[in-house]
Amino acid sequence: MRFGGLTAIDELSFAAPVRQITSIIGPNGAGKTTLFNCITGFYRPSAGSIVLAHPVRGSLRLETLESHRVAREAQVLRTFQNTRLFPKMTVLENMIVAQHNALQAASFFSLAGLFKLRRYRLAEKQALEQAMSWLQRLKLLEFANIAAGVLPYGTQRRVEIGRAMCADPVLLCLDEPAAGLNPRESAELNDLLLELSRESGISVLLIEHDMNVVMKISDHIVVLNYGRKIAEGAPLLVRKDPHVVKAYLGEEDFQEQRA
Amino acid sequence: MRAIFPRQALSIAERLRDAGWIAFVALVLGVPMIGLTTVDAGNKLVVHTRLPLLMEFVAACFLGRLALRFSLDKFAQRKIERQAQEARRTVQIPARSTLPLIKWLGWWLLGAALVLPLMFSGNRYVVDTATTVLIYVMLGWGLNVVVGLAGLLDLGYVAFYAVGAYAYALLSTQFGWGFWQSLPVAGGLAAFFGLALGWPTLRLRGDYLAIVTLGFGEIIRIILVNWTELSGGPNGIASIPRPSFFGLPFQAPSDDGVQTFAGFFGLEYSPGQRVIFLYYLILLLALLTNLFVTRMRRLPVGRAWEAIREDEIACKALGINVVTVKLSAFALGAMLGGLAGVFFAARQGFISPESFVFSESATILAIVVLGGMGSQLGVVLASLVLVLLPEIGRDFAEYRMLLFGMAMILIMVWRPGGLLVRREPAIMAPAPMQARP
Ligand SMILES: Nc1ncnc2c1ncn2[C@@H]1O[C@H](COP(=O)(O)OP(=O)(O)O)[C@@H](O)[C@H]1O
Ligand SMILES: [Mg+2]
Repeated sequence: MRFGGLTAIDELSFAAPVRQITSIIGPNGAGKTTLFNCITGFYRPSAGSIVLAHPVRGSLRLETLESHRVAREAQVLRTFQNTRLFPKMTVLENMIVAQHNALQAASFFSLAGLFKLRRYRLAEKQALEQAMSWLQRLKLLEFANIAAGVLPYGTQRRVEIGRAMCADPVLLCLDEPAAGLNPRESAELNDLLLELSRESGISVLLIEHDMNVVMKISDHIVVLNYGRKIAEGAPLLVRKDPHVVKAYLGEEDFQEQRA
Repeated sequence: MRAIFPRQALSIAERLRDAGWIAFVALVLGVPMIGLTTVDAGNKLVVHTRLPLLMEFVAACFLGRLALRFSLDKFAQRKIERQAQEARRTVQIPARSTLPLIKWLGWWLLGAALVLPLMFSGNRYVVDTATTVLIYVMLGWGLNVVVGLAGLLDLGYVAFYAVGAYAYALLSTQFGWGFWQSLPVAGGLAAFFGLALGWPTLRLRGDYLAIVTLGFGEIIRIILVNWTELSGGPNGIASIPRPSFFGLPFQAPSDDGVQTFAGFFGLEYSPGQRVIFLYYLILLLALLTNLFVTRMRRLPVGRAWEAIREDEIACKALGINVVTVKLSAFALGAMLGGLAGVFFAARQGFISPESFVFSESATILAIVVLGGMGSQLGVVLASLVLVLLPEIGRDFAEYRMLLFGMAMILIMVWRPGGLLVRREPAIMAPAPMQARP
């Protein structure tokens, strides 16, 4: 991925296996968010391809799809580094909007909805149940009817994850979900992510700065620096990799450490 | 806000110094403008001084500044306190369904609207003005879809109103179509124009969109002025048929055997009957519009409109096709404007491009903004204010627009978010699952 003269991601290749948590780590400006933007169709990579093995639709070339089709057809959902909720809408409405496509199809160009036909009422009831179950699971029930924008930051992050889950993802991309959470919230998030990948069968791509979190829950880690992959592997291996230590601690610290 | 905050604690000396500076500036400006004057003394101009007047002016500035500064600071202080209070409160209070008061007000207004012509049946002026209010209410509800819900700033809404009006005028005068037949066709045509405007402006937001829509409104008007063969140019189109009551026209009984409304019901003919009929017609159209928009808001499209207003990127990330959602808002908003246009043409019996100038767009937009973006009842209140104020103001002759402008400014200072800011959720959590505090 190039922006003018700047090559933000270069010669990166990795695989995110099903039902696993793959973490992307690297210093600020390494190109992690840019990578997510490429995967979810917000940027079109200047070269290369991104393939998703969809359980039903077979292999999909994500880089050829527009962003809304990546979410709808490939079921790749994401959260944003700076949360992007619908602030004036309630938490519940946020969850329902995430199920827009299913509901829209059931409403048959809004006609079935306007006349409150049975098929639309059923679909709406289902959507509501789906939303409520995620709210319950994320301990957000008490906020259901509150405007999302007034909630504390950590709660907003949970809402954003819940919203993505309501859209029924195959691959869930989380951009620094633990940023700004307190230790307890962060621990709860870890449990949730593990649960999702193990039980719900969702693949998770996670950008994370907190090494404790990364080491604890990742199955697989990809380390980026200046848009290049400098290491990849299981947490324990990556932690010891000299390139990684160097990129994270800086040249001098690294030499001190070795000495 | 922050700039004003420290000034609350100004000491008396500081306040006096502040006002003193203003008085000084007033003095400097006042010497040439007020202090000196020329008098025609016979055949030459003589300069006279007007010291007392100058001193009065400076003193007025001094005292005025003291009062203004003081009240502004008090106002700011109260606002800060209120905000702090609100910040402490917001999280605990769940957004309740509409306040009972507002709901009550809505029903009360509806009741008043229904009985109004009966109470003022002799007073043509009142019913006529109420009809005008209702036209603006309907236009406001239509524009609310585009601006209030989808958040697309549209400064050319009057174009769709014009399309609807001209569509009916042409269909009826050229092809002899009736009001009810023309209604869907004109609505569809206006919706088509909505798409024509929406398509090229999909990528634009905010100011840029406002400018393009403004241009679009002007283009339509200028076409109407210049395409004389179609639109009659500046002369407009006259003798547009009035709507009839299920085929019964409102006219004086004549000898040619045409059954009239008055004749059919065995009433004495009076021109007021048509006025009242038109009033109920627009009331019906407006209520249907309201029902339609309220329903749409609770459907997936409606929620997507609001979501797009809130965050377009998040919408894309959730798989919502922003293009179709925006176009549907443009098309439906335009259609409602077109329907109002049909009624307008039928009511006036004569239309010309002069009825569709930019200030109309501005008025409709003002209704939506003043009402509180997205609020249906707010549109009604704002239409009442915006139509009735200038009417009441007629007694003040040339000060009318001045008073009108001042009222608008005061309302925006008093309620920056519009008359009714509260937003009702489009879907509520089912009660038993709702957590109790
Ligand atoms: N739209 C863009 N235009 C130009 N440069 C960009 C754009 N998006 C990201 N970049 C650049 O790409 C690099 C990687 O950024 P980013 O992916 O946000 O890093 P991070 O790993 O911290 O998420 C940075 O140098 C950033 O300035
Ligand atoms: Mg980033």
